[in-house]
Amino acid sequence: MEYVSPEGLRSDGRRPMEMRQIRAEIGAVSKADGSAIFEMGNTKVIAAVYGPREVQNRSQQMSDKALVRCEYSMANFSTGDRMRKPKGDRRSTEISLVIRQTMEECILTHLMPRSQIDIYVQVLQADGGTRSACINAATLALADAGIPMLDLVTSCSAGYLNSTPLLDLNYVEDSAGGPDVTVGILPKLDKVTLLQMDSKLPIDILENVMQLATEGCKAIANYIREILLENTKQLEYRRGS
Amino acid sequence: MLHNKSFVKKTKGGKVIRQVREHYLRDDIYCGAPSCTICNTSGARLSASPSTILVLDTNVVLNQIDLLENPAIDDVVVLSIVLDEVKNKNLSVYNRLRAICSNPMRKFFVFSNEYHRDTYVKEMSGETKNDRNDRAIRVASQWYQKHLGDAIKVLLVTNDKENKRKASEEGICAETVESYVKSLDRPDLLDLLVRPSSEDVEMEDVEDHRPSKRKIIYAEHKPMSEITSGLHRGIYHQGKLRVNRYNPFEAYVGSESIGDEIIIYGRSNMNRAFDGDIVAVELLPQDQWQGEKSMSIASEEDEDDDDVHLAPNSADVAPRTIPQQSSTGEINAGSGRPSGCIVGIIKRNWQSYCGSLEPMPIPGGSRGVAYALFVSKDRRFPKIRIQTRQLENLLDKRIIVSVDSWDRQSRYPSGHYVRTVGKIGDKDTETEVVLIENDINSRPFSAQVLACLPPLPWSVSSEDLSIPFRQDLRHLRVFSVDPPGCKDIDDALHCIALPNGNFDVGVHIADVTNFVFPGTPLDDEASQRGTSVYLVEKRIDMLPKPLTEDVCSLRSDVERLAFSVIWEMTPEADIISTRYTKSVIKSAAALSYVEAQARMDDSRLMDPVTTDLRNMNSLAKKMRLRRIENGALTLASAEVKFQIDTETHNPLDIGIYQIKEANQMVEEFMLAANVSVAQQILKSFPLCSLLRRHPTPTKEMLEPLLRVSAAIGLNLDVSSSKALADSLDHAVGDDPYFNKLIRILTTRCMSQAVYFCSGDLSPPEYHHYGLATPLYTHFTSPIRRYADVIVHRLLAASIGISKLPSVFQDRLQLTSIADNLNYRHRNAQMAGRASVELNTLIYFRTRPTDTEARVVKIRSNGFFVFVPKFGIEGPVYLTTRAEKGSGEWYVDEQEQKIKKMDGSFSYSILQTVQIHLEVVEPQPNRPKLQLTLI
Repeated sequence: MEYVSPEGLRSDGRRPMEMRQIRAEIGAVSKADGSAIFEMGNTKVIAAVYGPREVQNRSQQMSDKALVRCEYSMANFSTGDRMRKPKGDRRSTEISLVIRQTMEECILTHLMPRSQIDIYVQVLQADGGTRSACINAATLALADAGIPMLDLVTSCSAGYLNSTPLLDLNYVEDSAGGPDVTVGILPKLDKVTLLQMDSKLPIDILENVMQLATEGCKAIANYIREILLENTKQLEYRRGS
Repeated sequence: MLHNKSFVKKTKGGKVIRQVREHYLRDDIYCGAPSCTICNTSGARLSASPSTILVLDTNVVLNQIDLLENPAIDDVVVLSIVLDEVKNKNLSVYNRLRAICSNPMRKFFVFSNEYHRDTYVKEMSGETKNDRNDRAIRVASQWYQKHLGDAIKVLLVTNDKENKRKASEEGICAETVESYVKSLDRPDLLDLLVRPSSEDVEMEDVEDHRPSKRKIIYAEHKPMSEITSGLHRGIYHQGKLRVNRYNPFEAYVGSESIGDEIIIYGRSNMNRAFDGDIVAVELLPQDQWQGEKSMSIASEEDEDDDDVHLAPNSADVAPRTIPQQSSTGEINAGSGRPSGCIVGIIKRNWQSYCGSLEPMPIPGGSRGVAYALFVSKDRRFPKIRIQTRQLENLLDKRIIVSVDSWDRQSRYPSGHYVRTVGKIGDKDTETEVVLIENDINSRPFSAQVLACLPPLPWSVSSEDLSIPFRQDLRHLRVFSVDPPGCKDIDDALHCIALPNGNFDVGVHIADVTNFVFPGTPLDDEASQRGTSVYLVEKRIDMLPKPLTEDVCSLRSDVERLAFSVIWEMTPEADIISTRYTKSVIKSAAALSYVEAQARMDDSRLMDPVTTDLRNMNSLAKKMRLRRIENGALTLASAEVKFQIDTETHNPLDIGIYQIKEANQMVEEFMLAANVSVAQQILKSFPLCSLLRRHPTPTKEMLEPLLRVSAAIGLNLDVSSSKALADSLDHAVGDDPYFNKLIRILTTRCMSQAVYFCSGDLSPPEYHHYGLATPLYTHFTSPIRRYADVIVHRLLAASIGISKLPSVFQDRLQLTSIADNLNYRHRNAQMAGRASVELNTLIYFRTRPTDTEARVVKIRSNGFFVFVPKFGIEGPVYLTTRAEKGSGEWYVDEQEQKIKKMDGSFSYSILQTVQIHLEVVEPQPNRPKLQLTLI
């Protein structure tokens, strides 16, 4: 299959180093303490954060830090074939764990001992890169909930097809079976908190691909910061000060 | 700008799913004209100030690709929508178009109109896909005209009537290919044009002089939907059509669904299918099945049936014969194997074919259009009708023609002229024909490829020596043994007696991978060529000459880089240890087989090299013995050798290639090196090693051999290679040549060994039957085989001196490389054989000869003989064609004999006969060798 034409265009008209259009919206779920919708092209994810609140299951309570829980799910209508997937299948469990670990890393849990923070993310539309989109949405929702964090966490994926590193794979490119590197970073601290890869890549190419994904993360971080700033201004305005 | 495309798709499971894909429209797609002031011109491909720019419609590309390949057509804009459509319809045309687009000499520019903000068109409701694409092409042409201004004419070339009409309405200049080419005033281009068969274009009276009483000759092909459902229900069977090389009216379709081959007889049953097409076959009722008995079945035309050929040396090249039903009175006696007829063609395999025009008088008042019949040199293909304006030039030429269409009314497919190779009968022309027929690239290496060569003159530098993994073995007494006159020496040997009585034996192979790096144009080219091709008087190299004959060739008295396999062996030739290293060697002597043999035989010589040779020879003999004990087959083939006149390059003499002990000695060490390397690379890379296997022949393949041996009262045990080898050893008759003949017959029952990727098969299948070793690969000739280059890289990676190139991580790609190597290897062999056949013909043209021959196959109207002296095989007819089936002769199946009815004469298999060899030309331009009994 040809994923990058000799003219340097991908199947959806992007160039290899280009990301899909991103869009974010804060406050999509009014009941939640913080919520956000994050879109990367046709991938659309909603995230809701509850907490910090009392720990539901006492035995899980920790006296020195907050408990972070995460639940990832895919809406039945998120894919074309409308499959009814059982809740808690292996893939969802794995992604839940990945998101929880990534977010736990940047939440200042020691400031909220004996409490619990719940992150719910649901994929509304899936078109590749759901993992990254979920992390980005969760970051926004956590920020919206006012939970103290070290930094924003942003994530982006990159792949390697037709001997070209490609940023932000869509579903078609993702299902090509090539290497798919998902990177999550703390942009201000310039630290990597998540690094996953499917398939294999020679080490020197991995570096290039990872670099590309990191650039993508930084671009997303800039966008998220803008959105947050905008949101804060709105809040300020609404308060009428 | 973002836009969502949505469409409906049916999955494999039959579900219908709506798919939505993003589609980004851009403003940074440029027009490709260097004179453009608006666009970025860095990627511009069109000429600086073209007067006309062509925009092609899909149907033009699909049909007229031969025209587009002609350099007269330039300044072409290829729209991405056209590329997409072409890709979906015909991948080989797509690849050719892509090749033109990427050729820096041609001014073809790909314009991604589908992603351009102004040229993207949205499908309107009620509009078919085709109409929408046509509209997109028109919109793009219009955009170009507006964008470039009036100074440049943008011409839409389309053969679609409707599209042309609409274009004119919208104010776009549009023309058909015919009128455009006519306007160029180049009559030679007109021959390249394909006549459209559909009613797309107003055809000018071309067909009119052919009366309307054209009758339908062939049955209609079933529509695709019916074929698919028929295949599902098991009524039809799908497979690749293979036409009998020796009888164009007989073809086979290997069908998985019935696990057998379906035979297709006759032209109407073949229903316009070509060799290599994927077809759908319907079985005929059983009473119409035919048991094939004679050399030919009723041919519709006066085509000759069998030619004299080189004796085949494996089952793959041997003429296919259908095993006849054993006459032991089975129930279904009389009915042959399943026969069928073709109901549809799933995938065409039309290519360009090489041949000549059927002689015909030049029509009066020439300069006009003439129709001619083209006869392919390969007899598996039917004649092709072409239209030409240069008939008088073409009649005595070898030309290339490609097929365009074949409709139900015409007996022959219609095609068009592509190019001329040269004059018929001219040796260079015929040699080129051999190359073209076997898809061998004999073009000189491109500048990019040559740029990858090391600077010349090259010599071992101190840098090469200072690399830690490169061992300095210049002090060793290394020598090479090759055929006389060999310039690309890729292997050398050494053998040193150690103080403990053992021997230090080394095989040194030219270190080609030190110069050919993965991913370079040089590597790509070598990988495409796959192997060097050896013709009788010519060699077509896989790598450029400076590498093959100088830098990599392990010549005597020069320092060369090598990849060495070094064993410590006991005097009993047991391997105690093996090591692999890159090295620097300095060959002490480049011997020929004859020289080496002479040295070994001359007991007075006691110089060090000769002693080494003798030591090696005694080791080799032991290794050989052990191999044979393990069941390796000693197969025989009838390889011939020509003595070529140095001036005319015509053959002076032919004879069977003599194999000397020295040949066997070198071969033995090469085998051992290959086996050792195979073990090493498989150990390190169990999933991505390139190995070579030789499949165990099946019962059916050995069937002809068993029938022959049964007839002459020889008991062959074929249960294993060991058993076969033993019974071959015991097959000695009173006749000295008998054993060799049986071995030759055995060899041709076997299939050829093939390369494969170790991850694709399970370990028991790695087995090499002929050599009786569980693992085998090719390591010893990297100069002339690409497989060895790959194995060198694997070995280097497995001993940790270099990284494994990324190709090896892609199993699909590795498999496709292995497939290509097999294909090239086979073609190279076929070309070699064809070249020998060609020279045999030239040789016998002036020298009709009487000689001795052996009967190897009995047929109802004659038999096939094998001529040991010249290594050729061909038919001898006992009855002339006219009196075919007069019943004078009958075949005794059991005893493999053909007898005269009155019992006065009989010929049995393997019998010696005297024959007369002569070149005759029954049809013009098709000289052939004829064998007659004396």
